Amino acid sequence: MHTVGTKEGVAKRDFAPWADRGQAPLLRIEGLTKRFGAHAAVDDLSLSIYPGEFFALLGPSGCGKTTLLRLIAGFERASAGRILLDGVDLLPVPPHRRPVNMMFQSYALFPHLTVAGNVAFGLKQEGLPKAHIAERVAEMLALVRLESFGARKPHELSGGQRQRVALARSLVKRPRILLLDEPMAALDKKLRGETQFELMELQRRLGLTFIIVTHDQSEAMTVADRIAVMDRGRLMQVAPPAEIYEQPNSRWVADFIGSVNLVEGRVGPDGLSVEGTVLGRIRVAAKIAAEPGATVWAAVRPEQLRMTANSTEPDEQWALESDVAATLADIAYLGDLSVYRLRTAAGAPLQASRANVGPFAARAFAANGKVWLNFPRTAAIVLTQ
Amino acid sequence: MTDDAGMTTPKPRRSFVAKLVVQIPYAWLLAFFLVPFLIVLKISLSQIAIAQPPYTPVFDLAAGWHGIESFFDGLSFDNYAFLGSDPLYFVSYLKSLEIAAISTILLLIIGFPIAYAMTRAPRRLQPALVVLVILPFWTSSLIRIYAWMNILQHDGPLNRLLLALDLVREPPVWLSTNTAVYIGIVYSYLPFMVLPLYATLEKLDESLLEAAADLGCPRWKAFWLVTVPLSMSGVIAGVLLCFIPAVGEFVIPDLLGGSRTAMIGQTIWTEFFANKDWPTASAVAVVLVCLLVTPIMIFQHQTMRGNERD
Repeated sequence: MHTVGTKEGVAKRDFAPWADRGQAPLLRIEGLTKRFGAHAAVDDLSLSIYPGEFFALLGPSGCGKTTLLRLIAGFERASAGRILLDGVDLLPVPPHRRPVNMMFQSYALFPHLTVAGNVAFGLKQEGLPKAHIAERVAEMLALVRLESFGARKPHELSGGQRQRVALARSLVKRPRILLLDEPMAALDKKLRGETQFELMELQRRLGLTFIIVTHDQSEAMTVADRIAVMDRGRLMQVAPPAEIYEQPNSRWVADFIGSVNLVEGRVGPDGLSVEGTVLGRIRVAAKIAAEPGATVWAAVRPEQLRMTANSTEPDEQWALESDVAATLADIAYLGDLSVYRLRTAAGAPLQASRANVGPFAARAFAANGKVWLNFPRTAAIVLTQ
Repeated sequence: MTDDAGMTTPKPRRSFVAKLVVQIPYAWLLAFFLVPFLIVLKISLSQIAIAQPPYTPVFDLAAGWHGIESFFDGLSFDNYAFLGSDPLYFVSYLKSLEIAAISTILLLIIGFPIAYAMTRAPRRLQPALVVLVILPFWTSSLIRIYAWMNILQHDGPLNRLLLALDLVREPPVWLSTNTAVYIGIVYSYLPFMVLPLYATLEKLDESLLEAAADLGCPRWKAFWLVTVPLSMSGVIAGVLLCFIPAVGEFVIPDLLGGSRTAMIGQTIWTEFFANKDWPTASAVAVVLVCLLVTPIMIFQHQTMRGNERD
């Protein structure tokens, strides 16, 4: 099997076709642009998605992720570019002839049809024999555990049940690609968590290719094999979840995914440190891909910051040659972890987080108390843009 | 309002006022619909008389119990029997239902595309389009029907246009024909068809049509499988709003249809004002109400079902 990324265990499962040069993509998007007036919702975007992949489009609202999904489904006309499915351009194909199906954010269930009628709708358009349709509908309803709900109308179902009908309806035609537009946005948090795992299980069992649009990063990280982070119609980074989090390629991605402490500095003469930051000299683990003296940013995730009550003598493994003193401004207790807002003596705001495990006393830091900070060399992410 | 067993605080005073407000529509219906209807019903059971009022018996409380007794003795169903005996009335009802039905179908055929086009227009233009649909109401309907008489007359603008375009050799006769009645009814009632259809179609979720397309359904087919079934409540509302008043229409057939079109409204008018036969006219009116109650009840039933779905 292929090794992925530069870190071990970056791919969530033994599946990484994007790293294999011999593997042909199922969907290839080339230079796709969609303009609404002067505004480009999707801006010269290129992307490959592989068979069996669970792919997430993640970004802030208005970043163009839904427009991209609607372009693939055929509900929007592209201004430029190509969308190739198995090498065939989809753009001239009207939506009702495209071998992809969409699960709508609003579910878009037909209110005048029963659950079974909704699921059967797509098959009826193909003019299949009635017995065959009934069989397929029963099969799909069993798949989403709604066997006994076939005769109900959508308004007689709960939100979670409606969501499963929408899923069954979009899967019944065995689409080459299933497009999911914020499929869990209307569910409450607990149900959303369960549904995410069900969706992953379903996708693997059916061996289908899923493209999901979401603004919820934990959802994208949970379900997806790869995430495309989008901003203003462009792809910022396309990578597996762990790589997006641990090796963001820009300040924008580092800041968008999770929380991050960002400090500006210059590359040291050895190429293994960032100098002149508000935290002093930061030693890093790998050679920086920039000339000495170039401006770069060092990023540290809050959970990587080590807080100690007393200063230590850090060895070569630590990024800072001596611990930095900071005062604790605020503590947010979140149950599983606590988030600490800190301010260094130089006035730089920092954020640290700690899992709330072990005896209570061991993790107690008093607000307005003084702490000492350091972080491992390997935790320092150097960003050149 | 239901009493809550666990509630210890006294009911707020305004609940009395609130109850009163709820009663207002009922009071209105009682005073301006039920009471007049009962009066008409009573007259329909009376006999024609050369008197003021022109029927008998007249309710006379001064005569005491005997007066009430003789009042009820004087009532009979003779007028209804008479309606059954003269085919004029049957033909008149049938003609009215036919003209109203054909007009309603024409209204639906013309109104649906208009309402559909309105929902497809840019959002900011839609309020203006709704105003345009209502605009003809700002002129008296009588004046508008007179205008149609002018348009449809022998040397009127319509015939001049047809002749100028070489579409006809001889100017066709429009006035005093059923065609003129249809033109008048369709023209006058169009807003009543368009507005409920627009209200329903405007609520139609665009993503349902996208879902239909996504599932392999071409646009024209999605119109029949999704748009039409989901606009049924608007279709029924529009059909009833047009059909019911069209059956009893008087002004339009009288002015545009002439004497050859005897709709039930004209029959009632003739009985009331030409023959001074109030009891027969009332009987004709009561039968008409009974004929129209059926579609109203169907409408009610459909509305209830529609509400259930929302």
